[in-house]
Amino acid sequence: MNWSDIFNFDNYDQLLPLVTNSLIAAALLGLAGGLIGIFVMVRDSSFAVHGISELSFAGASVALLIGVDVVAGSIVGSIVAAAVIAMLGSRAKDRNSIIAVLMPFGLGIGILALAMYPGRSANKFGLLTGQITAVDNVAIGWLVGITSLVIVVLAVIWRPLQFASLDTDVARARGVPTRTLGVVFLLLLGLAVAASVQVVGALLALSLLVTPAASALRLTSSPRLAPLLSVIFALTAAIGGILLSLGGSMPISPYVTTISFVIYLVCRLAGRNGKVAK
Amino acid sequence: MSARQELKILKRSVLLPPPVLSIEHATLTYGETTIWSDLSIDIAPGEFVAIIGTNGSGKTSLLRAILGEENLASGSITIAGKPAGHGSRDIGYIPQHRGIDPSTPMRARDLLSLGLNGHKFGLPWGGSKEKARVNHILDCIEGHELANLPVGLLSGGQFQRFRVGQAVIAEPDLILADEPLSALDLTQQSIIADLIDQERKDHNAAVLFVTHDVNPVLHMVDRVLYLAGGKFKIGTPDEVLRSDVLSELYGSPIDVVRNQGRVVVVGTRDHDHHPNEVWH
Repeated sequence: MNWSDIFNFDNYDQLLPLVTNSLIAAALLGLAGGLIGIFVMVRDSSFAVHGISELSFAGASVALLIGVDVVAGSIVGSIVAAAVIAMLGSRAKDRNSIIAVLMPFGLGIGILALAMYPGRSANKFGLLTGQITAVDNVAIGWLVGITSLVIVVLAVIWRPLQFASLDTDVARARGVPTRTLGVVFLLLLGLAVAASVQVVGALLALSLLVTPAASALRLTSSPRLAPLLSVIFALTAAIGGILLSLGGSMPISPYVTTISFVIYLVCRLAGRNGKVAK
Repeated sequence: MSARQELKILKRSVLLPPPVLSIEHATLTYGETTIWSDLSIDIAPGEFVAIIGTNGSGKTSLLRAILGEENLASGSITIAGKPAGHGSRDIGYIPQHRGIDPSTPMRARDLLSLGLNGHKFGLPWGGSKEKARVNHILDCIEGHELANLPVGLLSGGQFQRFRVGQAVIAEPDLILADEPLSALDLTQQSIIADLIDQERKDHNAAVLFVTHDVNPVLHMVDRVLYLAGGKFKIGTPDEVLRSDVLSELYGSPIDVVRNQGRVVVVGTRDHDHHPNEVWH
């Protein structure tokens, strides 16, 4: 093993401008992922993130095979998965079993599509485990669009979604449309997953959509501090991952997932004796 | 229409304030089973109505019907002049207490602000108005010291105080309380009951209070809605909590004993559906 493959900062000033797109994408993804992650945690939907990612992967693979835009395929896969989970799984127990049924099916379709794809195999793995190359201009357009939409809609429905997620019975009694909000949440989650699949790949979407929020909630129960910390952690992982991976020849994802995981470990230790920040 | 009926209608519309809650000929069924039928009651502002009855008599179902969670087989429910929909901003609701996961990322004060503004779109950046209102409620429920604790760490009584605070913070016209005293000791019971009663007096809110033991709230109760075996009786405690009335309702001999200001109902243990009905 050659360490310079993993960490290499030669010619860093010349490399940096080449990844501007990726950095913008990572920043938006960190923001969207950190915010929606809080609701993923509160609504106990980590498994849904994983399930939706596999279907997103299937959509992207099929798109690659039939020669249409990969990001569009990934979004379609995500949205279909989110819609199915929303329709069939209004109860938590149903939801998990439906996801467990969907997930291998999606992965199977994706693998079939990739196996039939005549192109280079290096690109194929990217959908599962993240991209090596910088995000191109078409993809950055998609990413900016998707993540902005997620952030804006989330900001609008934040408070009722919080009420519906934390205190469902009372929220319903107060006339909050908890079921509709649940569906909107899953669709937003689908979009956020589709965006993360482009950067860290389907298998690792959890590291941007769940780990930062889980870390934040180790430290605080505050409804304002938790999303803030979650966003900071997600940004650190996403942007830090790209910056570290720049000089080496490794994919972005191991850097992102490792930073994310280390943050979680630190938060676990720091939050060991109850929540430090109230 | 006779002159007498007309006068009655006139009196109702002119002299009495319109009811906060109006239930007309309501029937609720689960499949073949009728939970209650032809239930009619108007509840006036400031009125305290206790809903009592044995397990399975449909007390909670009645609250759920008012909240739009159950569809009536027939009849109608009107809240503050509007047909009951899925929930209502005119309602403050205290759900039956269930344990809360200690890891739930919600502080006690968040319960209050959600009760005030949780239905509004936007980010949870409460202004000074929200802060003042939350602080006022914290005064009322003596909750300042607990306000920043995660809800999962509160004791049953502490949590219930915040539940009451949450239900009253938006000054609703109607408070629905589902067994708010269950699993509390006597001191805590009277604190919670008094908090609800105070809100009724301060803002003329009507209270619908589900309980299996009427004694902790007996001195506050204007009327009792007693549910049993699909039938019901409505009236003041003195009118309903009587041996002859309850015997007729249950269709079996019931003794209502009054002892040092407490009401004890004996004999319902013979009733098929409710073997454990004993009041203390």
